[in-house]
Amino acid sequence: MDRALLIISTICFLAAVVHTVVELRAGVFRPVRFNFFAVGLGFIFQTAFLSMRGHALGRCPITNLFEVFIFLAWSVAAIYMLVGPGYRLSLMGAFTAPLVVVLQVFALIAPIDIRHPVKLPANPWLEFHASISLVAYGAFALACIAGVMYLVQERQLKTHQLHSIFYHLPPLSDLFAAITRLLWWGFVLYTLGIVSGFFTGHPLPRLQVVAAIAVWLLYAAILQGQHLRRLAPKRVAALCIVGFSAALTLLWGITFTAQMPSLP
Amino acid sequence: MNLFCVGLSHHTANVETRERFAGHTEPDCILRSAGCAEALLLRTCNRVEVYGASARRVSTDEIARCLMHEAGSVSAITDRPHSEAPPFYRYEGGKCVQHLFRVASGLDSMVVGETEILGQTKKAYERARASGAAGPYLHRLFQRAFRVAKQVRTHTEITRGSVSVGSVAVDLAHRIFGQLSNCKVLVLGAGETSERTARALVSRGASDLRVSNRSSDRAHDLAQLVGGRAIPFEEWPEQCREIDILITSTSSETPLLTLANLEPMLRDRIDRPLFIIDIAVPRDVDPEVNELDGVYLYDIDSLQSVAEQSLALRRQQIAAAETIIAEHVADFVDSISRGLHRASKTSEHPSVGEAPLRTSEL
Repeated sequence: MDRALLIISTICFLAAVVHTVVELRAGVFRPVRFNFFAVGLGFIFQTAFLSMRGHALGRCPITNLFEVFIFLAWSVAAIYMLVGPGYRLSLMGAFTAPLVVVLQVFALIAPIDIRHPVKLPANPWLEFHASISLVAYGAFALACIAGVMYLVQERQLKTHQLHSIFYHLPPLSDLFAAITRLLWWGFVLYTLGIVSGFFTGHPLPRLQVVAAIAVWLLYAAILQGQHLRRLAPKRVAALCIVGFSAALTLLWGITFTAQMPSLP
Repeated sequence: MNLFCVGLSHHTANVETRERFAGHTEPDCILRSAGCAEALLLRTCNRVEVYGASARRVSTDEIARCLMHEAGSVSAITDRPHSEAPPFYRYEGGKCVQHLFRVASGLDSMVVGETEILGQTKKAYERARASGAAGPYLHRLFQRAFRVAKQVRTHTEITRGSVSVGSVAVDLAHRIFGQLSNCKVLVLGAGETSERTARALVSRGASDLRVSNRSSDRAHDLAQLVGGRAIPFEEWPEQCREIDILITSTSSETPLLTLANLEPMLRDRIDRPLFIIDIAVPRDVDPEVNELDGVYLYDIDSLQSVAEQSLALRRQQIAAAETIIAEHVADFVDSISRGLHRASKTSEHPSVGEAPLRTSEL
């Protein structure tokens, strides 16, 4: 039953992607209503899925790689719902939906939904650590998406080749302001996630800690460079993509090395 | 009742011909002289058209005669050999409906997708309605035309992008900075094009304008005109550290701004973009400057190219717009053939008691 909810959610996000592609090809892209509606509906089904899983597990549903991917996709959609309309970044939905679709389709297809043989006891600190870190990843994902949007627009402005999509992108300055805010949100949440990791009562693998701190340092360096005006907005946008790729690799590493399934 | 349109436009007549018909004729004059039941005159710089509803056929010459405001010109129509006859076109029934929908939607305009025509059409309708020249047929026709134009604008990209050099520059500034109210603008060279572009920026919210020119008198004059302040010409390079938008159009033979002299100035403002509009010929800014991070350089050719891209984008939308129009034409023709009498009970124009339009007439 819960997987059915996830499939419906994926179809909603896929509808947003198809709608965007069709409209872009026809040159009549209008993202505002349909994309927000489709992403919103997909988000509702995602939430329903996570809620059902959470009740079944009796804890936050991030006990295996499958659930981690879905939780991450949920975080991305949730932050888009918060950030998108607020900053008039309606087109962000068009960029967000493909990422969510990739995450959910992979989670649904790959044999990674391995249930733990014994019911895992609740550990509030561990659940807080994992969930807050995933929400931080969601913010970094959105910063990465905003970075892609920035680079697309920047490229078109530089080359003087303005395509249909250009007219739906937010102004460069607004986009950069959104990137900065998302980076700060992600950074603060990620810091909380790392700090809370030390209170879980379990020894953390050295490699995991080093990698997590490396990602934290990377984002700290981006924010510092931006704050001290040492990095041009274009480079910040590019580094958002690099940063999220690194964070995603780390997340993959952490969960794939079977840390999550063996959580107490 | 027969719906028809007689007119001439930029497609069929040059400006010399058009201005001969651009007098002060009122629609009621057409009613009286040509014997139409209803008439509406749409007159813009690119077209002069009469839309009418009449039980009998009103000839094109009769309409043309009404449009001529000089007696000498009237005789010119009748005396003219056939090959020199004014290039009037005539549409009747469904073709007339389709033509009006295309006109109101900007598809028939010189600049495809321009929206000014809709306002002009609305004003023409208001004038005809106020004078009593437009009755229930034209009322329904024009109300539908306004609806179609709105739908075309909403559901296609026909109005997307700017199509003139000045508006492209302002549009790009908006795309880079969002609100222009916080932007600092330097106008270098107080030429006519600079003035127009600066005025356009002011109209979109820019308030901090500085003007620099070799002739300080001209700089002061322009600064006063656009509500800015004059800067001595020797001080303009320093301004590049602060400004967001540079409009340059000096008559310098060599580039004033090069990669070598701009790069050091940008070090302190790496987080802020600089939009340079170089409308000088020969150019004031070395094209290599565009390679710098955060610098967006547009010369007159690139602005023109963006305008053409917008126009091309609009042209791509014509098919989609035509589909919307075709649906409305079919629906309008069908609804009017089913009877105006019944529908007009809810309209602001009471029925005049005529028989409904016959399908054959449309």
